[in-house]
Amino acid sequence: MPARRIGRARRVPVALLLPAAIGLLFLLLPLVGLLARTPWATLPQRLTEPGVLTALRLSVQTATLATLLCLVLGVPLAWLLARVPFPGRRLVRALVTVPLVLPPVVGGVALLLVFGRRGLVGSWLDETFGITVPFSTTAVVLAQTFVAMPFLIIAVEGALRGADTRYEEAAATLGAGRWVTFTHVTLPMVAPGVAAGAVLGWARALGEFGATITFAGNYPGRTQTMPVAVYLALETDLEAAIVLSLVLLAVSVVILASLRDRWVSAP
Amino acid sequence: MDWLTRRPTLRLTGSVNVVSTAKSCTRLRTTLAAVGVLAVLLVTGCADDRAEPPGADDGTGGELTVFAAASLTESFTRIGQDFQAAHGVRVTFSFAGSSTLAAQINQGAPADVFAAAAPAPMATVVDAGNAADEPVTFVRNQLVIAVPKGNPDGVTSLRDLTGPDRKVALCAEQVPCGAAARAALDAAGVALTPVTLEQDVRAALAKVRLGEVDAALVYRTDARAAAAEIDGVEFPESVEAINDYPIVVLTDATNPAAARAFVEYVRSDPGRAVLTSAGFQVP
Repeated sequence: MPARRIGRARRVPVALLLPAAIGLLFLLLPLVGLLARTPWATLPQRLTEPGVLTALRLSVQTATLATLLCLVLGVPLAWLLARVPFPGRRLVRALVTVPLVLPPVVGGVALLLVFGRRGLVGSWLDETFGITVPFSTTAVVLAQTFVAMPFLIIAVEGALRGADTRYEEAAATLGAGRWVTFTHVTLPMVAPGVAAGAVLGWARALGEFGATITFAGNYPGRTQTMPVAVYLALETDLEAAIVLSLVLLAVSVVILASLRDRWVSAP
Repeated sequence: MDWLTRRPTLRLTGSVNVVSTAKSCTRLRTTLAAVGVLAVLLVTGCADDRAEPPGADDGTGGELTVFAAASLTESFTRIGQDFQAAHGVRVTFSFAGSSTLAAQINQGAPADVFAAAAPAPMATVVDAGNAADEPVTFVRNQLVIAVPKGNPDGVTSLRDLTGPDRKVALCAEQVPCGAAARAALDAAGVALTPVTLEQDVRAALAKVRLGEVDAALVYRTDARAAAAEIDGVEFPESVEAINDYPIVVLTDATNPAAARAFVEYVRSDPGRAVLTSAGFQVP
């Protein structure tokens, strides 16, 4: 067995192996930097501080809600972009990626200008229903959805465009309507793409900082997510910030790894 | 993470498909580029009220890099221009929260002078052995209540900020303006539940400017810089929370002579004139 492994390793071209190794190193070294500065001795005591668990719970809850919102709105949008030719489709496809190029803080300001008390939609919400969105947990979810949805749409649209449309055509010739075709043929076929997009979106939502602190502000238990807590901890205590970052990292790795085994790797 | 990229098998049914895909990709790329340019324009448009000049220079020749608290943005930019005119030294500023700047300096960021908005972040720089001299207090700053122009709610004291319908933004207690706000509220005996604890004084002020909160506790200088859009209401308890601004030449200064000259210029009469007109008090 070892001989075969070496033989296989030899066949990997250096031109690919070297940049791959450098790339991996580049991605992992910052993590090593965090681990090297972690105050292991005081770790248990720091982890049990009341603010940590509150921020972590809020982060996981809001990121999950944002991912669900992304799925509900993003999958149909991706399907529309991939399957229905309409005028201006290319423009819409480009506009969908705006949150990717927009600095998150600008995204937060933009959300305020729409959903804020004086905003385009927010002023109507405030006057008609007495609802103010900014500085609420809803605002956190909206900010995360705004930045995470493009990831999901791009992944799902890519999967849809890569999928063989002949199965859908076959379903149509057998009498299935577009909705039945979508739920029984298209969706199962692109499920891995949807799962990958949801995971990307969830991870992006979990790490969201700029739009959140601008649109939702910072208040413990209501809008203070882990990334916001990390930023404020950084103001006074580097080690506390590192501990919070590690907690966020550990939780996301555990959740992503368990999801992978349950859904994505299955057959 | 191979499962992330796993997709259903891609089958190309004809060369026409390939061509059309390539063409639409090019168009998509053009549109994307246009969107990118738009975003850059948006950002540049939004950046002018924070006016953050490019980062640190190498400091050779007539160059000087000054790390200064965000609340010094307007006055130090003015002083930098005057100093350059007087001494022929080009001054580059990096404005940010004092604690952030202190952390950057302690991690080896190249800077000649550090001006902080409070003694605490300065102390971390001194303790790390990065200060060349003893820091000196060059100005003081006091809190005011920032309210929308014309003071629509008729706010005259801290007590007016309490009440279920009042939305108030404070700075987080980790940053100097938040610590000062806490001290002032304690001195007044006012219990206040803010809707948000902002990461720095400019962010708190922005929430008032956007009309998202009814009031915020900010420095008098910040209120004065935004006088076109907001009013600053003075309140007596602010004397309990006066912030000292220390300035120091850093150990790793590449241009120590120019750095000392800059610190002296800040404390000279022309420098003080700029600072007092911005609303600072001279010690």
